[in-house]
Amino acid sequence: MTTATTDLHRPATGPAFQGVGLGRKVKNAVATTLVALAFLVAVVPLVWVLWSVLEKGLQPVLHADWWTHSLYGLRPYDDRGGAYHAIYGTVVQALSTAVLSVPVGVMVGVYLVEYGAGTRLARVTTFMVDILTGVPSIVAGLFVYALWISILGFGRSGFAVSLSLLLLMIPVVIRTTEEMLRIVPNELREASYALGVPKWKTIVKIVLPTAMSGIVTGVMLGLARVMGETAPALIVGAYASSINLNVFDGNQANLPLLMNDQFANPETAGFNRTWGAAMTLVLIIMLFNLLATVISRLSAIKK
Amino acid sequence: MSDSTLADRSASAKETPGRARAPHGAPGSSRGGAASSPDTPEGPISTANTAQGEPASTPVRRPGDRVFRGTAVGAGAFIVVLIAAIGLFLLLQAVPALRANQVGFLTSGVWNTTDPNSLQFGILHLLWVTVATSVLALALAMPVSLGIALFLTHYAPRRLARPFAYVVDLLAAVPSIIFGLWGIKVLGPTLVPVAEWLNRNLGFVPLFAQGNVSISGAGNVLTAGVVLAVMILPVITAVSREVFERTPKEHIEGALALGATKWEMVRTTVIPFGKAGYVSASMLGLGRALGETVALYLILSGTGAAPKLSFFDGGATIASKIALGAGEFNNELTAGAYIAAGLVLFALTFAVNALARAIVARKKVSA
Repeated sequence: MTTATTDLHRPATGPAFQGVGLGRKVKNAVATTLVALAFLVAVVPLVWVLWSVLEKGLQPVLHADWWTHSLYGLRPYDDRGGAYHAIYGTVVQALSTAVLSVPVGVMVGVYLVEYGAGTRLARVTTFMVDILTGVPSIVAGLFVYALWISILGFGRSGFAVSLSLLLLMIPVVIRTTEEMLRIVPNELREASYALGVPKWKTIVKIVLPTAMSGIVTGVMLGLARVMGETAPALIVGAYASSINLNVFDGNQANLPLLMNDQFANPETAGFNRTWGAAMTLVLIIMLFNLLATVISRLSAIKK
Repeated sequence: MSDSTLADRSASAKETPGRARAPHGAPGSSRGGAASSPDTPEGPISTANTAQGEPASTPVRRPGDRVFRGTAVGAGAFIVVLIAAIGLFLLLQAVPALRANQVGFLTSGVWNTTDPNSLQFGILHLLWVTVATSVLALALAMPVSLGIALFLTHYAPRRLARPFAYVVDLLAAVPSIIFGLWGIKVLGPTLVPVAEWLNRNLGFVPLFAQGNVSISGAGNVLTAGVVLAVMILPVITAVSREVFERTPKEHIEGALALGATKWEMVRTTVIPFGKAGYVSASMLGLGRALGETVALYLILSGTGAAPKLSFFDGGATIASKIALGAGEFNNELTAGAYIAAGLVLFALTFAVNALARAIVARKKVSA
């Protein structure tokens, strides 16, 4: 009070720029910390899961037998044998899924980008692809069961598993193709048209090859995802402890089914087989992810 | 899996070169709609035709074009038919079982389908576990995903944002059976003391009261919810991240120029802009959680007792019940009972996903 009356240098109004108040500073710091913590919260389970798998699954996988033998004729407590049958099944089922899903998915992608463009059917298709993306894997399994096994009368087989994985894989291929076709420069199409090349040949010879590496990458990533799907395999597949080379007929194991089968085995061997299969699955998925990255690095579309 | 593609798509559409001068039916014009019609010429007009005296404006229709176009349109239509077929065939298989059902399908909690001559199945209890696990997962995952998405888009150093995002996406690459195995063997036992503490101190709240399975077994809604939360984190994060990234630079710079701290900037520009996207991302996460099967199949302890509406209930979700019953699929009626449950799941996820997409679509129009 007294200083205010004597201080003649005091400006009539407060300064235009004021420092950030303590409360705002604290709020800002708290928010920054929380946001960074949220990221850590996501990293913890990832590391924890991978560590658990590595810790418990490494030892069984290191046996040479693991990669070359099946569990044929072994009793639940025999800590020998391997996952050869399941690895074979996983790879073959994934490959047949890829063989079936890629043509369909790529054609739908071509339709949406090159032909459909703005038509009502294209809009409905896009919506349906979104819905297909969200279809739970168990429902895909039930659908294949209802159609393939119940109505058409085929038996449970590795191929039936592939069919249900197909439903999960197709939307992935469509999305990837769509995205990749959209970033193919229009100049390429125009140059091709200008030379008198028909539209379909332009797509087949110019557009698709340009987008190919991206599509392959997407397919690899998609395969890595569907390989670990267990729910459809439980419904339309059946576990077999021995190797079955024929994907179309008879029970065929895959890694998730092996895990599921051995999960119920209380012996040490069961524990080792379950976590060993988990480790193998993670390794195969990592391999596919790695391949996908390499392919996309090697041959990205140059903009 | 491709839940992130929803946003990827809009991101890549942005990058589409030559949008404005797209030729007939070429990409870029696809969302515009007006640029092409089914009558668009299939290919360029060759000089050969004009030489033969045909009018120059008549497009050339080559057989190759017709076949290829037909295949492409057929493939597009196939997807639509496929979704319809899923609904139709599930319904076809479910109806006989529903007719033979001796209890109310939606109002009963009994599940006794081993004898096809006296089918008794109702999804009431399954519905509770399904909803409880999904909602708990969503409640846990939503704030964390929001934090991660904000961290990746506006807080993390530019150079590290990409690898960090990759790390979060890796969570989506881990198969659900491995999450299930980890959940029941590793995480569950760790959560037991927490669960016991909650039960001891908050037991008067019905949600934390003794459930229908033993708490020390860890196979309850709590463990399942936590594992599900981890599984849907990458889904919610991926989509929200894409939306937050698209916050207009002018808004951000405007807020900063007015003296906002980073948090105030985020609160006043990024979050209001990305809210719809975030909500729809969470719906996608919910859809994923509702349909998750194997993780819950391994985690939840089976029980015949009615749920006590507690976090420490066991039982099964709709999806895990179907997986549990897979061995029983030896006659049409029993299988039909499970298929009826699957149909409910399909309808539920269809509705949730459609709603999520609708929110995003509306946001896109208004933006």
